[in-house]
Amino acid sequence: MSRRVRVNPIACEAHGMCAELLPERITLDEWGYPIVDGEPVSGEELAHAKRAAQACPTFALLLERQG
Amino acid sequence: MNPADASMLAPPAADHAPNAGSLPRLLAGVSDDGGRVHVERHLSVHGGLPLVGGRRSWRRREESPLVEEVHRAGLLGRGGAAFPMARKLQAVAAVRGTAIVVANGTEGEPASEKDATLMELAPHLVLDGAVAAAEAIGATEALIATCEIDVGAFESVSLAIEERSAAGIGGSDEPSLRVVSAPSHYVAGQETALVNYLDGGPALPTFTPPLPFERGVGRRPTLVSNVETLAHLALIARHGARWFRALGTPAGSGSTLVTLAGPVARPGVYEIALGSSLASLARAAGGTTHEVRGALIGGYAGAFMPASRLRDVALSEEHLAPHGARMGAGVVSLLSTDACPVAETVRVARWMAGQSSGQCGPCVHGLDALAGELERLAQGAGSGEGRLDYLATVIARRGACGHPDGMVKLLESALRAFPEEFADHARHGPCERCASPPELPLPARPVSGERRRSRRATA
Amino acid sequence: MTEAVIAASGTSAYWYLTRATGTVALLLLTASIVLGVVDVRRWSSRRWPRFVIDTLHRNAALLAMVFISLHILTSVLDSFAPISLADAIVPFGGSYRPFWLGLGALSFDLLIAIVVTSLLRARIGVGTWRAVHWLVYASWPIALLHSLGTGSDVSHTWQLAISVACIAAVLIAVLARVLDHAAATPAARNAALGGAGAFSLFLALWLPSGPLGSDWARRSGTPTSLLPHAHSPHAGAKR
Repeated sequence: MSRRVRVNPIACEAHGMCAELLPERITLDEWGYPIVDGEPVSGEELAHAKRAAQACPTFALLLERQG
Repeated sequence: MNPADASMLAPPAADHAPNAGSLPRLLAGVSDDGGRVHVERHLSVHGGLPLVGGRRSWRRREESPLVEEVHRAGLLGRGGAAFPMARKLQAVAAVRGTAIVVANGTEGEPASEKDATLMELAPHLVLDGAVAAAEAIGATEALIATCEIDVGAFESVSLAIEERSAAGIGGSDEPSLRVVSAPSHYVAGQETALVNYLDGGPALPTFTPPLPFERGVGRRPTLVSNVETLAHLALIARHGARWFRALGTPAGSGSTLVTLAGPVARPGVYEIALGSSLASLARAAGGTTHEVRGALIGGYAGAFMPASRLRDVALSEEHLAPHGARMGAGVVSLLSTDACPVAETVRVARWMAGQSSGQCGPCVHGLDALAGELERLAQGAGSGEGRLDYLATVIARRGACGHPDGMVKLLESALRAFPEEFADHARHGPCERCASPPELPLPARPVSGERRRSRRATA
Repeated sequence: MTEAVIAASGTSAYWYLTRATGTVALLLLTASIVLGVVDVRRWSSRRWPRFVIDTLHRNAALLAMVFISLHILTSVLDSFAPISLADAIVPFGGSYRPFWLGLGALSFDLLIAIVVTSLLRARIGVGTWRAVHWLVYASWPIALLHSLGTGSDVSHTWQLAISVACIAAVLIAVLARVLDHAAATPAARNAALGGAGAFSLFLALWLPSGPLGSDWARRSGTPTSLLPHAHSPHAGAKR
């Protein structure tokens, strides 16, 4: 089962933990906000993505179902 | 469609049937001195709104005949997104729960006046459209949202609601009508921002999903539609799809209101057939009063075009698309040769940055950086075009609403339309026209709303 | 035989354990606050990424809870001071130094609220979670006062050093938090500085005449039968 990683830009406060925990998919822009590639995440990466979503202090990182 | 439904859309009595291919339509009945169309004049010019039927007359999920007619008419939204109205009506109707209609007349675009003008001069068409849309989707309530600075529009619509009940139109079976005044900052008219405001929150965009059509005001499925679109709907309900399509082009059917601003004899709001040339519009406005350098089409989330392209351009989505432009809010702002396109772009960029709702980092920081970079470029001290390109890529699609994307597209169009001026400024700094008075309006519109917080990035 | 002697002199293994676990709990709580401020100030480095600081902060707090639980358990099991399990949660109802012990219970209650809301953060939402989390700035000073009021080693150099170190660490953390301009209004910052200053002043004035002063055991509410001057070879074994 695959999911897409998405940021709620309103909730995001640029803590940056998501980029530390899922560097394969998330990089930070020069102001500290996440740039997410919208490709589906599955398998082992999904576990890291879930952890990244849980670590976000404002729950701004979301895992959405494909499509 | 059973015979009873068919009669709802039969053409009214002959004396009301307007000449199919003629203008004005929305502005029909407005006297030559620009007088407001009160209810009696409205009824004598347009006739009564055919009973679309109370909301009990069919199950909501079954498609209303009006929606079918709107689909055949090919009515596109006139608020800027040009979204097919029939699809929007169907989407809202398909969601469970009692719907609500919001007629969006907030018109946050500084140069645009068409919605305020429409509500001031022909409010009954807007109300008819709201009522017709409400009945088609089973909504029990319609809210007309005006901009707080358009006092005339608010009063005109208020008066129209009273006139309606005094004239015995509607009644308890009809959806209830209410006019509301909303803040004037740029993003207040964005559909989620307006829904947020009507729900008692700040007039700031919200994260989607859910979109208003599925969960909006009071958590009900909400139809947010521009007031002009609803006015067209009121006419389609009377005269049908074929009549509507007698003007315009196959892809861009009907008439539309445009605000023409800049060096013309009579700037203001005009009703044109979609697909008319800009040249004919300028002629209708008494011709240009000064040589034109270019134009901004579609408002501040629209596109610049140089004069060379304006001579042959026509006003409709399909004619503007090859130029990288869109109808947008229906604003055409002509720039005279006295203006400096670079200075105008810089000022608009700074204004748009200030209009950010402040909720999303990439928008707040990105638009500020973009405006700053443009300001430096105009002074001959830019960091190089690579920086502007980079900012454009990194900002796009990373906000909760389309505000940052609008600015990015505007900037890209400016660079495409005036490449020499930009290169010139990058190398040599300001030109003598940079000091000319601004031609594009930059009104003070403080962004209001408690939830707007100052953003900070990493410590 | 040995037990009777130990009991007679009023010290048991539990008594040592309760003091030790209490001290460790205070240290862990202090560490958690310091890490919490480091976390919210968003400090990080290559070897200490944000998520590590965040996890350490949480784990220090959870470990503190473990040690507090042991602290409570051992103090209840210890037969020297008449402390019941209820006294650990319901403040000020006990018979052993009721006020100062009660402060410990109060602090523990606040910590339970903070920990539970943190574990259920996804369900209750960030707003509520944040509001409750602020209570840690109440919970810690209350825990400190509890340790100074009930602790029997307060005047010993090593315990005093630990207490002073914890106070200093939290004061620095509060200062670092207050200096975070982006986060709070000037009014809130001034209130925080005022509160920290007032608390420090209170400690400076109270400690010498309080726990470090003479006869503190009696003044703090130790039952008369347990006081040293009333102590007889068999007194400690009785309740």
